[in-house]
Amino acid sequence: MNIVVCVKQVPDTSDPDTEVHIDSTGRGVDESKFSFVINDADNYAVEEAIRLKEKHGGEVTVVNIGPEGANQVIRMALAKGGNSAIRLFDEKFAFSDIVATARILHSAIKDLSYDIVMTGCMASDDGFAAVGVTLAQMLGIPHAAMVKHVEVIDEKKLKVGRELEGGLMEMLEIEIPCLLTIQTGINEPRYASFKGIREASKKEIKLMDLSAAGLGDDMVGEAGSVAVMKQYSVPEVGELAEMLEGDAGETSTKLAQILKEKGLV
Amino acid sequence: MAEVFVLAEHRQGELREVSLELLTLASDLGDKVTAVLLGSGTDEFANRCANFADRVLYVDDVMFSNFNASAYQAALSELIKKEKPKTVLIGNTVQGVDLIGSLGVELDVPFTTDAIAIQMEGDKPAVTRQYYGGKINGAVEFKDSEMYLIGVREAAAPAGEGGKSGEIVKVENPVTVEITARRFLEYVEAQVGEVDITQSATLVSVGRGIREDKNIPMMEELAGLLGADLSASRAVVDAGWLPQDRQVGISGKTVKPKLYLAVGISGAFQHVTGMKGSELVVAINKDPDAPIFQYADYGIVDDLFKVVPALIEKLKETKG
Ligand SMILES: Cc1cc2nc3c(=O)[nH]c(=O)nc-3n(C[C@H](O)[C@H](O)[C@H](O)COP(=O)(O)OP(=O)(O)OC[C@H]3O[C@@H](n4cnc5c(N)ncnc54)[C@H](O)[C@@H]3O)c2cc1C
Ligand SMILES: Nc1ncnc2c1ncn2[C@@H]1O[C@H](COP(=O)(O)O)[C@@H](O)[C@H]1O
Repeated sequence: MNIVVCVKQVPDTSDPDTEVHIDSTGRGVDESKFSFVINDADNYAVEEAIRLKEKHGGEVTVVNIGPEGANQVIRMALAKGGNSAIRLFDEKFAFSDIVATARILHSAIKDLSYDIVMTGCMASDDGFAAVGVTLAQMLGIPHAAMVKHVEVIDEKKLKVGRELEGGLMEMLEIEIPCLLTIQTGINEPRYASFKGIREASKKEIKLMDLSAAGLGDDMVGEAGSVAVMKQYSVPEVGELAEMLEGDAGETSTKLAQILKEKGLV
Repeated sequence: MAEVFVLAEHRQGELREVSLELLTLASDLGDKVTAVLLGSGTDEFANRCANFADRVLYVDDVMFSNFNASAYQAALSELIKKEKPKTVLIGNTVQGVDLIGSLGVELDVPFTTDAIAIQMEGDKPAVTRQYYGGKINGAVEFKDSEMYLIGVREAAAPAGEGGKSGEIVKVENPVTVEITARRFLEYVEAQVGEVDITQSATLVSVGRGIREDKNIPMMEELAGLLGADLSASRAVVDAGWLPQDRQVGISGKTVKPKLYLAVGISGAFQHVTGMKGSELVVAINKDPDAPIFQYADYGIVDDLFKVVPALIEKLKETKG
């Protein structure tokens, strides 16, 4: 069972110190205060890929589009049990939309031997929840999105569960090769061992730029995109909460008072 | 004439509300609104859609008893190629995201997902979407094309009253081959837990901000003093710190307590969908820009590890 897993590096928006500010171009954000992490769903996808490999044999290939800094998330996936990795990067990739991103991933994955391609169900920065399904169509393989259960029936078929609204699961059978977009919570991601980390630091990460990917200028970036983000803006918000000011002693006193007045304590 | 297609969504014998929301929205985007209904014995849904549409294209075939992305894509692409609408709207639901990207590539039309608003610029739609967990918006422009495909966020705009009486056109299933790549098996209901948070009068809701499961007892103590049950964001459930039946949000429960106290929750729309009907919302978060403050009545911008212990002390004093 050979598996390709796509991992994206994203800013850690769960860290209160990661401030998102629009930069002077209006089309980018100031990254100086970002700490970067693996996209949440991709972390679960890596774990699922490694578990399937451990149970059924085969190899796991990690694929990323990102700058050199992304090596950090790639190495962590290798340390956990990934066998090899490809990182695609070119200045020309900037402003790629769903289609251009999927096309770049496709250029590297199409020549690999795989039974399952996995992506996360959604990237936390752009929130498209679409690159995986788009990539599946480019590869010409069936797909299932928002997968929270994977079971191998035989070499030709998987049984998978898609998590729907309200926590309902849709169970289905899908032919191999296929692409699954993995939902968070499908497993409990492991931590990398020291030995794993040491070995991963020695593994080669294959680099591919525009020409190595066999792509042209007009196939990536803004030129290769069908829906381009032109301008960021600060959302207009309705009425904000009434903020309770002061130190923790004061705010907690005020809150306890409010709850008491409203008969909630 | 600019025609807008809307894919009607249904599951387990119910037409989903998002279908009517999108049909309502579609009236602003073109002068002919067509609902596309793929179902089996779903005449009632065709009638409801007709209330909101100028036309309903209805394929009635057992192939569409349950959603199957491969079958849906095969049927939709044929219908769209034949009828050539200007815009196609699909709900950005778990069903929709299983369809939009692959359909967009097959039809070779510009598409994007999770629109929260659509503006017409001439006869071309432009889309507003959110980035970085709802912290900033982005304006998305399509490349010029004969047709555009847009995934629209659920509950982004309310469904109207309807009041139309569109013609229901039964069309032959354009899919004549058996779909084998993917087969629907069954639905498995979410597990029922010991506490039903949809019935709770007070909820203390815990987010990833609490960092570790060893901090759950502190939240339990706070909940105890408020006579509240504990609920959580998905991040907390994924981490295994609280069981799944405590999850509030689009893939969890919809709650309407008298008090919803959100602690260390950012307020992603998938979460907010499940709690915005609460009577009084109080949020504690260290980040002043956290979207949760847009949905709260009272907010405290501070470290929860300072505020929660102080609040516990205050409540103990109040109770005597
Ligand atoms: C298909 C789909 C379905 C989903 N369904 C749901 C759902 O049903 N329910 C749901 O909740 N989510 C759901 N999500 C996930 C959702 O997008 C968010 O990822 C999730 O809600 C984030 O949870 P959180 O707010 O706890 O964590 P984060 O977004 O990581 O936020 C943590 C917050 O804690 C704050 N914080 C950190 N440290 C402190 C501190 N010391 N003191 C105070 N504040 C602190 C931070 O400022 C931050 O705002 C779904 C996603 C998808 C793709
Ligand atoms: N730059 C990237 N590098 C690698 N994988 C990516 C990249 N962008 C998106 N993906 C994959 O596609 C998934 C869905 O992303 P999105 O459609 O942008 O929400 C992610 O969880 C990743 O698995």
